[in-house]
Amino acid sequence: MATFSTTATVDDPRVLLGDDGVLPPVRGGGGDDGFGLPDYATRLRRARLGLLVALTPVLMLFVSFSSAYVVRQGLPTLDPRTNTLVRDWIPVTLPKLLLINTGVLILSSVFMELARRQIKGQATRVPPASASEVSAGDQTRIPWLSMTIVLGLAFLFGQWAAWRQLAANGFYVATTPSSSFVYLLTGTHAIHLMGGVLALFVAGIASLLRRSVATRSIVVDVTAWYWHFMAGLWIYILCLLEFAS
Amino acid sequence: MATHEIAAQESHAHAAPQGFIRKWVFSLDHKVIGLQYYFLALAAVFVGMFLSLLMRIHLIWPTATLPLLGDIRPETYLTLVTMHGTIMVFFVLTTAPQGGFGNYFLPIQIGAPDMAFPVLNMLSFWTTFLGFVVMIAAFFVAGGAPLHGWTGYAPLSALQSAGPGEGLGADLWIISIAIFCIGALMGALNFITTTLDMRAKGMTMMRMPLTCWAWFVTAILGLLAFGVLLSAGILLLMDRNLGTSFFVPLVTVNGQLTGHKGGSPLLWQHLFWFFGHPEVYIAILPAMGMCSQLLSVFSRKPIFGYKAMVYAILAIGFLGFMVWGHHMFMSGMSPYTAFAFSIMTMAIGVPSAIKTFNWLGTLMRGRIRFASPMLFAIGFVSLFVSGGISGPFLAQPVLDIQLHDTYFVPAHFHLIMGVASIFGIFAATYYWFPKMFGRMMSESMARWHFWFSFIGTYAIFMPMHYLGMAGMPRRYAQMTEVSYLLHLIPLQKFITYAAFVTIAGQLIFVVNLFWSMFKGPKASDNPWEATTLEWTTATPPPHDNFGGHTPVVHNGPYEYSVPGAPRDYVMQSDPEIKAAH
Amino acid sequence: MGLILLIVIWLITIASTYFFIAKTWWLPAGASAAAAGIDHHFTTTFILMGIVFVAAQVSLGALVWIYRERGSSSSKVDYSHGNTKLEIVWTILTTLLFVGLNLMSSSIWASERFRAAEANAVRVEVTGMQFAWYFRYPGPDGKFGATNPELEDASAGGEAALGLDPKDPASKDDVVTGTMVVPVNREIEVILRAHDVIHSFFIPTMRFKQDAVPGLAIHMHFTPIETGDYEILCAELCGLGHYKMHGMLKVVSQEEFDKWLAAREAEKQ
Repeated sequence: MATFSTTATVDDPRVLLGDDGVLPPVRGGGGDDGFGLPDYATRLRRARLGLLVALTPVLMLFVSFSSAYVVRQGLPTLDPRTNTLVRDWIPVTLPKLLLINTGVLILSSVFMELARRQIKGQATRVPPASASEVSAGDQTRIPWLSMTIVLGLAFLFGQWAAWRQLAANGFYVATTPSSSFVYLLTGTHAIHLMGGVLALFVAGIASLLRRSVATRSIVVDVTAWYWHFMAGLWIYILCLLEFAS
Repeated sequence: MATHEIAAQESHAHAAPQGFIRKWVFSLDHKVIGLQYYFLALAAVFVGMFLSLLMRIHLIWPTATLPLLGDIRPETYLTLVTMHGTIMVFFVLTTAPQGGFGNYFLPIQIGAPDMAFPVLNMLSFWTTFLGFVVMIAAFFVAGGAPLHGWTGYAPLSALQSAGPGEGLGADLWIISIAIFCIGALMGALNFITTTLDMRAKGMTMMRMPLTCWAWFVTAILGLLAFGVLLSAGILLLMDRNLGTSFFVPLVTVNGQLTGHKGGSPLLWQHLFWFFGHPEVYIAILPAMGMCSQLLSVFSRKPIFGYKAMVYAILAIGFLGFMVWGHHMFMSGMSPYTAFAFSIMTMAIGVPSAIKTFNWLGTLMRGRIRFASPMLFAIGFVSLFVSGGISGPFLAQPVLDIQLHDTYFVPAHFHLIMGVASIFGIFAATYYWFPKMFGRMMSESMARWHFWFSFIGTYAIFMPMHYLGMAGMPRRYAQMTEVSYLLHLIPLQKFITYAAFVTIAGQLIFVVNLFWSMFKGPKASDNPWEATTLEWTTATPPPHDNFGGHTPVVHNGPYEYSVPGAPRDYVMQSDPEIKAAH
Repeated sequence: MGLILLIVIWLITIASTYFFIAKTWWLPAGASAAAAGIDHHFTTTFILMGIVFVAAQVSLGALVWIYRERGSSSSKVDYSHGNTKLEIVWTILTTLLFVGLNLMSSSIWASERFRAAEANAVRVEVTGMQFAWYFRYPGPDGKFGATNPELEDASAGGEAALGLDPKDPASKDDVVTGTMVVPVNREIEVILRAHDVIHSFFIPTMRFKQDAVPGLAIHMHFTPIETGDYEILCAELCGLGHYKMHGMLKVVSQEEFDKWLAAREAEKQ
């Protein structure tokens, strides 16, 4: 077994276990086969746990923006000219296009879920087929993953178009505090969604990169949950901007 | 291609990587990554110490001209203050204990072959490194580094015209912190997933060493807090560069309107301190875990009250999110809100006190060995008590009226973060050096280092309490303008001289560290006769930590002096002697 | 080594405690009505926390010496994982100490901050800007006139620095000074404002500190009880001139104050 050392040379890694010198069993039971590659179930569980953990700071980012939004809305500021406190919140009329984009995103979530189940079925099929067999086209297989990517890109394009509409109505980033928040919240969401699109793209071309279907399935699974979270987050943002004004 | 071939390709390398780049630069091995973080922090602490040295010199000799650097103007002093604080808090205190030792030893102490996501781990280090590069770059751009303090209060930090360094330098400062946030979040992800999902058989949560509990809770704090800091940084960048007014009301700088209106400076403070308070617990918790570990090992006695220690760590973490307003008692925040935050702040003193009692309880009726790691652990307890005692003063708003923004505050946080936490890093270095490098550090040099540091830091920071009581404000470049400050200059001189001596003493540590790496006496696998899993494996550990064997855990982490055992320590993986835990 | 640790820890404890007890460098003498109560609470906190400090450090030093490892005929180590009863006891005691201290101070805080200034308080508007303090008195009409940021001109000092709007009739009689003059034994209401960045209005002898935040007008009050000249400092980092942004508070008798104010108001006619 190759050893890792900096200065001391240790030819033969030993494991100390007290006086009796008996080695523990190699398999600990459960998903981990000693220190070999963990099995699919373990890898999936670990990846999903990682995603759950990763979503927490994303959530905190938007919670933080939301609290800034609520505070800023209600905040009176001192008008030095009159020495009185005034509120300067002017609500923005959101472009109707955002509703269409919402529909696109929800549909993409549906496709995403279908893609997730599709590749999961391929990964857990018994007996395990070779990667090349799996990626060869099944005649009735619908390319849910590609369709999700297309809809995701359509959503992002739609958001950009909505920004153009806002600008045409005179609402830029710094026009009013309310417009600042519209750009901020939609822009941050879009950046995060773009990350999801990239992950799907990598999963999509992964067969070209010679990744196993098990690995691709895990990537798609994790990205799918991320995608659904992004869809839910978008609906929340839309409601915040529309109703909490 | 056959499935098994692909699996072998994809498996996180059980075979050690070949080639310099894969082995040392873009390594996926948590041990190498831990060392990378450690040395990054070492570089950062030298920069930070140098900045503080210049600060101390300027305070007592404001008109001095230094070789190479020339005169230090008041704005330069404030730049030193800002960058010293920022570099120390982020790139030393949040990097070395967690990214350094946590990365290296969390997987080994829980019996795992590596972190859950090794590629992410590698990326987290290089992201942090990039953040450091961007931070240092701020010194060299037009206008220089910012002068708004590590706390970056708006509008001072939000207006390019508010002072020298508030141009591109301030933008780079924010961007560097944003990059750091992302690196820290990636790291937190790994720590949490690894702790929850990769513990070896028999390693229940309540058998984990307290170091692992500390790293775990620290990672949770980071997970919840860094996102908020990132959000604040984004809003600040927008105010600075896109003309938004999140934090800036209608203001004039030098008589010029800035174009902002309606924003709230207090909003920045709320967002910043919602991160900032958990951040200081991020800085201290790993050191507390280390102290618990070492007091037990070197008293040859189980830690007093393991369960209470775990609950205390959890309580500190939880309550740490509820006290941020105690930084804002004088900010214009509602006095009723101040009262609420004040009660919560006093509450958080309780778990810290419990930990202190338990440390003393561990020493009592033990058999204490004064090895170098133990000296620093004992020093940690003393310094933590000293720094902690000033907390209840600041936590009471009515006393904070007098003490806020005076030297009493840096006295408090330096004793805890700037000394006690650093002692945790020193202690961990002396303790784990043999395991990491296969050699022992020099004990006699370590003792010199300890005495210089222990006495020196008390000499620096204890007098700052007196300065604060007497009304010396923070962040004053000079004491020459206010008449009642003049009689405090001798005390400042004493502090500066103490700083010279203490910083010089740190060279002993550096020499010891690097000399021992190459020339120190060879270390055995368990030179301290400790029980936790890292001491069951080879020195240094093999690539997959345990040489192909998964450890199975039978005992708790602090089984010292077990009655009836053949030796005064029982390894966690020893199946023959099952202690009560 | 245990003995040396004990000696050093005890010496550091004795030395630092000495300087606190001897008050070698201490709070400046209080000159406001609130100072006595605040200082009394300082003392209470010092005594209680001082006892904890000394007890903890003395114990630490003693423990590392008494329980040092002595030779191979080792003393018996107490194989104990703790004592739950003891944990509960000291948790409760600590909680009582900390929460008790806090509740004691909260009554002082409430009396200072939970109420607005009295109706007959002397009102002074305090404005901080990089890097000076200006003070404005409302004049005989009792009203502060309007200010306009576009009219600010710091180089012209006084009214122009504040951007006083001459078009507002209420601003004609406003008195603007660079020194704060107030009568003794009267409640002073300060209205804190800032033009550019956050400053903080700190009068150590009055036990008074409050941030001046742009976008806000913060009302606070204090009652000076001794005549004299007292330094005002800026206590929030505000830029390169932060260290020299200071002013002077002159507390004078009611008679002197009336005379001084009348003279300044007369200048405005």
